[in-house]
Amino acid sequence: MTSTVRASPVGPGVRRVRAGSGPLPVVLAAAVVAAVTVAPLIIVVAQALPLGWSGAGAYLFRPRMAELLGNTVALVILTVPLTILIGVGAAWLVERCVLPGVGVWRILLLAPLAVPAFVASYAWSSAWPSVSGLWGAVFVTTLAYYPFVYLPVAALLRTLDQGDVDSARALGETAAGAALRVVLPHLRPALCGGALLVALHLLAEFGVMQMLRFSTLTTAIVQQYAIGFSDAAGSMLATVLIALCLLVLVIEVFARGRTRIARVGRGTREQPVRASLGRWTAPVLAVLTALVGLGVIVPVAVVLRWLLRAALADAIDGPRLLATTGTTLLLACLAGVAVLAAALPGAWLLDRRRSAFSVALERLTFVASALPGVVVGLALVTVAVHWARPIYQTVGLVVLAYLILFVPRAVVTWRAGLAAVPPELAEAGRSLGAGGVGTFTRVVLPIVAPSALTGFVLVFLATATELTATLLLAPTGTETLATAFWAASDELDYVASAPYAAVLILLSAPLTLLLHRRMAAVA
Amino acid sequence: MSSIMISGLSAGYGRVPVLEEVDLTVAAGTTTAVLGASGGGKTTLLRAIAGFLRPAAGRIVINDRVLSDDTTFLAPHRRPLGYVRQDGTLFPHLDVAGNITFGLSRAERRRPGVVGELLELVGLAPDLARRNPAQLSGGQQQRVALARALARRPEVVLLDEPFSSLDAALRAETRRATATALAESGATALLVTHDQAEALSCADQIAILRDKQLVQVGTPAEVYGDPTDPDLARFLGEAVVLPGQAYGGVARCALGAVRLAQPADGQVVVVLRPEQIRLSPEPDDAETGPTTIAGVVRDVAFYGHDTMLELELVSTAERVLARLAGAPIPAVGTRASLHVDGTAKAFPSG
Repeated sequence: MTSTVRASPVGPGVRRVRAGSGPLPVVLAAAVVAAVTVAPLIIVVAQALPLGWSGAGAYLFRPRMAELLGNTVALVILTVPLTILIGVGAAWLVERCVLPGVGVWRILLLAPLAVPAFVASYAWSSAWPSVSGLWGAVFVTTLAYYPFVYLPVAALLRTLDQGDVDSARALGETAAGAALRVVLPHLRPALCGGALLVALHLLAEFGVMQMLRFSTLTTAIVQQYAIGFSDAAGSMLATVLIALCLLVLVIEVFARGRTRIARVGRGTREQPVRASLGRWTAPVLAVLTALVGLGVIVPVAVVLRWLLRAALADAIDGPRLLATTGTTLLLACLAGVAVLAAALPGAWLLDRRRSAFSVALERLTFVASALPGVVVGLALVTVAVHWARPIYQTVGLVVLAYLILFVPRAVVTWRAGLAAVPPELAEAGRSLGAGGVGTFTRVVLPIVAPSALTGFVLVFLATATELTATLLLAPTGTETLATAFWAASDELDYVASAPYAAVLILLSAPLTLLLHRRMAAVA
Repeated sequence: MSSIMISGLSAGYGRVPVLEEVDLTVAAGTTTAVLGASGGGKTTLLRAIAGFLRPAAGRIVINDRVLSDDTTFLAPHRRPLGYVRQDGTLFPHLDVAGNITFGLSRAERRRPGVVGELLELVGLAPDLARRNPAQLSGGQQQRVALARALARRPEVVLLDEPFSSLDAALRAETRRATATALAESGATALLVTHDQAEALSCADQIAILRDKQLVQVGTPAEVYGDPTDPDLARFLGEAVVLPGQAYGGVARCALGAVRLAQPADGQVVVVLRPEQIRLSPEPDDAETGPTTIAGVVRDVAFYGHDTMLELELVSTAERVLARLAGAPIPAVGTRASLHVDGTAKAFPSG
């Protein structure tokens, strides 16, 4: 063997990725996290299995099931193209056209993220009860979710090399042809990723659909659970929902194709040339204003109106508002810390010991978190009720649900942080006389901290506005802002729910700024 | 006094050996260049000395202090070393001053003027102190990395291809600044490189690493003028390598009878440097004797300070290189006669 192996496989400048899958404790920790995140899927499907084919058939081929499935599919098929249209259009206008006040539009177009979708639907349906059913749901969710498409597409358009477009023009393409043949293929991965996110959110959405009186699989599962929990019926519905989620994931993989965007050559990137809108400037500004108005200003204004009424009627339950806010912040902090800790082993393996094994673990957690909160909630309830009664109705179980739902967000940010501290930097610290602890506190921590903090904030905000899993799992008497808001608005008590809605918006607003700042860092 | 003493060092990754039985001694205050092909274990040697890799066997001693042997293995941060890498690896979260003073104690860090002195040592302006690493050019980053390593007054500085990511002009300038800074600080330096010109020009001693072992160690003049085999001769620069027959102090080859540096007998490979080949205008046919070696210029590469010619020998059609200093430069197709200056090296052909 010695004679055939030439030398160290590591040449100068080659990133040192060591062989082997990594230290056993880290591998075990990552494997446990992956297993926990996949468990709900397996549990829910296993619950439906005892029904057998004939039993399943009895549930599946009922008019009610056809209605739920039809509603859910129609919602996705109508909303996803609309969000793509609005998201890509807005990104194009902001990043590739001469637009007055471009800096302001960049923030405003992300602003719908500051209003949780179920709060927006509350605003619309409380002010205009006719906003309901399929079209109401399409309307509200399109306005709430288009930023999922807008954000990645705008980020990509910003980094797109103008040189590529110029080359196409030099090869005889028209401006439109260059956009179609050069720019669009570049956008495909971002577009597909954004559309996937929209579709998964639509499948998981409970609050909006319930509020707008539109029955989907998700609302049916929650109702089934509320009227007396039947394992089999609920699990059957959840299994169909899981199948839809997996179908969406598969479609996305095919739509994305095998395109890999790499910059060829090492020259500097050319800044994009913005197209002039000319006499179309005013109409475009009007359309963007309408978009932001419907997406943010109207919902916020309605919430403020109800809030004002609550204040005038002295109907704000101060102590309860404070208590729910405290509970929400506490839960969100717990979830943030738990998710950061759970995501670290997998992220470390991916960065330092990338192997088929670590990549498979990553994919597994991503598939698992594509599951709607209602499925995760249902699975955890099932486990707790049947096999782990003591953990039923505990805070720990709720945090576990958040962990399963939000781990990938922290994996992504950890990876960005770890990539910024290659092993060479730590070695540089060591060779300058810093010990293991010194190197960690003086080199690794300061560089990783911003990413870790971003991950924490992302998970914190997602948890603070999470509704479905919290409704299913929160211990009796434990109220979060979202569940308190829900309890009031479910009884059509719009005045009582307004304060919670307002605090939820305040809590979500930083997300917009955070995402805006990260996008600014891209350019 | 010798500063670095390495004996019987073997090291590798897992079960893959990269270094076997390496011995190397470096005198205090001098610079030794370890020269070898990419992926040949040069970096492994530095990593073993720096303590990032535990050797399989052998001793590493610096100024009578054992860093590593069968029973001892000093942690990297306890070794009296500085380590500068190819890409500088400056800490992105610290400015230039923060980087340079990273290895200093709190008290030393506060001493006024400490950053300025170190920047001056590596030939940088003091107003760079507040810059971020990203705002520096590649050459500046390398110098800051060197200043950072020298700040702790290390007994030995390890330099891992410190100039290879720089472009040609910057490389020469950074190399000079490094040599000056090293001389001023009095540190012993071990430089690893795959660039033979770099090794020959800036080291007091050259160690050539090949097939996991150091095959030749000597001064630049020794390893260039007296390589231990034809491959080494070619590795250290351009060489004219011709088969021949040796008779004691002389060998016959396509360039005629050539004097040998050391006597040899039998089938040999004759090795010359291109600058040993001298050209003269070819005399008239009438004067052409059997002793004249004629050649035709087939290729001309002009480097400014000198010119490399490739000539095809009329007699055997073998190709030889000749380095020409100054003008006039013959055109392709010109005929000339070739003469050999000095002595050649002869190696038994096997």
